Amino acid sequence: MTEIELLSWARGPGLQIATIIFVAGVVIRVLEILLLGRKANLAEAKGGEMSSGLKTMITRTVPDRTTFKRSSVTIVSGYAFHIGLFVVCFLSAPHILFLKDIIGFGWPSAPTAVIDAFAVITIIAMLVTLVNRLTNRVMRYLTNFEDLLTWFVTFLPVITGYIAFHRIGMTAPTLLAVHILSVELLLVVFPFTKLMHAFTLFIARWYNGAISGYRGVAS
Amino acid sequence: MSASIEKGINAFKRQVDSSVAAFFSSCVHCGLCSEACLFYTETGDPKRTPINKTEPLRRIWKSEFTLMGRLGKMVGLTKKVDDALLEEWQELVYDSCTLCGRCSMVCPVGNDIALMIRKTREGMAAAGQAPEGLIGATNRSVTIGSPMGVRWPALRAQIKHVEEDTGLKIPVDVEDVEYMLLLSSMEIMNFPEFIEAVAKIFAKAGVTWTISSEAFEATNSGIQIGVSDIAAELVQRIVDVADKLRVKTVISPECGHAYMAIRWDGPNLVGKPFNFKVRHILEVLDELRKDGRLKLSGKESQKLTYHDPCQISRRGGVIDEPRKLIDMFAEDFVEMPDGGKMNWCCGAGGGVSANERADEIRLKVFDRKKAQLEEIRPDGIISACSNCRIHLEDGLEEHNMDIPLLSLTETIAEHLAED
Repeated sequence: MTEIELLSWARGPGLQIATIIFVAGVVIRVLEILLLGRKANLAEAKGGEMSSGLKTMITRTVPDRTTFKRSSVTIVSGYAFHIGLFVVCFLSAPHILFLKDIIGFGWPSAPTAVIDAFAVITIIAMLVTLVNRLTNRVMRYLTNFEDLLTWFVTFLPVITGYIAFHRIGMTAPTLLAVHILSVELLLVVFPFTKLMHAFTLFIARWYNGAISGYRGVAS
Repeated sequence: MSASIEKGINAFKRQVDSSVAAFFSSCVHCGLCSEACLFYTETGDPKRTPINKTEPLRRIWKSEFTLMGRLGKMVGLTKKVDDALLEEWQELVYDSCTLCGRCSMVCPVGNDIALMIRKTREGMAAAGQAPEGLIGATNRSVTIGSPMGVRWPALRAQIKHVEEDTGLKIPVDVEDVEYMLLLSSMEIMNFPEFIEAVAKIFAKAGVTWTISSEAFEATNSGIQIGVSDIAAELVQRIVDVADKLRVKTVISPECGHAYMAIRWDGPNLVGKPFNFKVRHILEVLDELRKDGRLKLSGKESQKLTYHDPCQISRRGGVIDEPRKLIDMFAEDFVEMPDGGKMNWCCGAGGGVSANERADEIRLKVFDRKKAQLEEIRPDGIISACSNCRIHLEDGLEEHNMDIPLLSLTETIAEHLAED
């Protein structure tokens, strides 16, 4: 297989297969949660479930003061790499063009220098999260194979994207093919691991807010 | 597989619903919950990270309720739940958790970890893996009607003392009254002043009320140990009597878990809404305040703080009421750092105080409360839970800290205006 053929496969059938697995997997995972259902609360309510649930979906993004003080490394590195990932994924010009080809519409991109800076921030932040995971005694105790796998498959597209953009080492088509394949690996792994939190955290936060709000407590 | 572990696994399965599935699906092992838990912060033992306490329930969810888990189970790749695991987890699920719910407030993905641990206890108890102390308390609740073995004659004797001391009649088994007061065994045996305080306040406010000789116990060991059938039976006793006496409102006393049990879990345990309302005594007092039926005189000049009992504040929603009441008599009120819905637990709730095996760790984790108190150095601590009160007194004594513990209801009674 030539490098052009590899790139074509990655951009064509490879992407299709990965996308199908990703979409089907996410749908199955969300359904297997929601279809379980939950019993209605029979206690007299002191507040609303829906409004409180929706509120917690947003407010839980901000840590409370004491938690921030006690876990600042985890929180700052976590924020940095999540924001970095978002900016690099969805605001870089080549990504927007690529997505426009598939979904038919685009949006304004951030300047290259900004994307480059965020890519570096993301890489550093992800390395910090890995070191933190392996050295912080609670995280080290909790860490299992899946935590390392998901870190790896998330880190891979970031680093290969950075390398491809700066054309370090291999030729451009090969670098791009490797980058796209790494994204496909991420898509395939996503629905079957804790990466699903990107979707399910909104369900979890809603339940948390609803449970508390019903009792008249803002969570 | 032994019969008990089978029962346990079935109980775990019954606990999994869409909220639990969403919670487990969302955990990223960030470990933030550990720093919210006094059993971790004061011991530094990563095993005591809140989410780790739910491991048995997580394994069942994973292997029975997820596609990958079911596939894994077919090829023998899933982690098993067996007696050895549950035995190891007993100390984490029961001795190292008061169900205070602070972890549920900080989890960035929104997991209600306290609820997950509460559910984990259902499987543990069904598998016969609960601490002796809690089993004993639960058995006494079922057979005698009180976790501490307090029977009606003991309460009757206390009522008689109160009547002699106050000259007030304590209504017993009176029908068609506004309120039926429940009590915790702790109050009956250690703080009968609470009954006296309620009698004085209600007499001044012109409230009709009663105590039932058949169902007076407010606490619910069934919930603490995690046996819903027993918890439901204990709630049903109160429901039957409240319906028989046709009371409008049942009052939960100064006890955190009692409030959770009857106010929030009660109707769900018995499977239907109550015909009466349930209010915490602080809610009732605050209503009386709003209606102008609670008049106080004299102020406390000493520096006072309020210890929020977890099940009343964070898990129960009674946060503003005590502060408004305290404002009526306190000139120098100071909040604890993290006071209100983020307050740190005393360390003895959720069945920990009924579990002798946890005595050592219970006193160890008091260091968190000690640190909170050292920041504000109050002259007195007000609370509204007799279990918190007993444990705080224990902890303060252990550290030679001379800070008196005050019941909010009792303090209000002391300040009743003579008119």
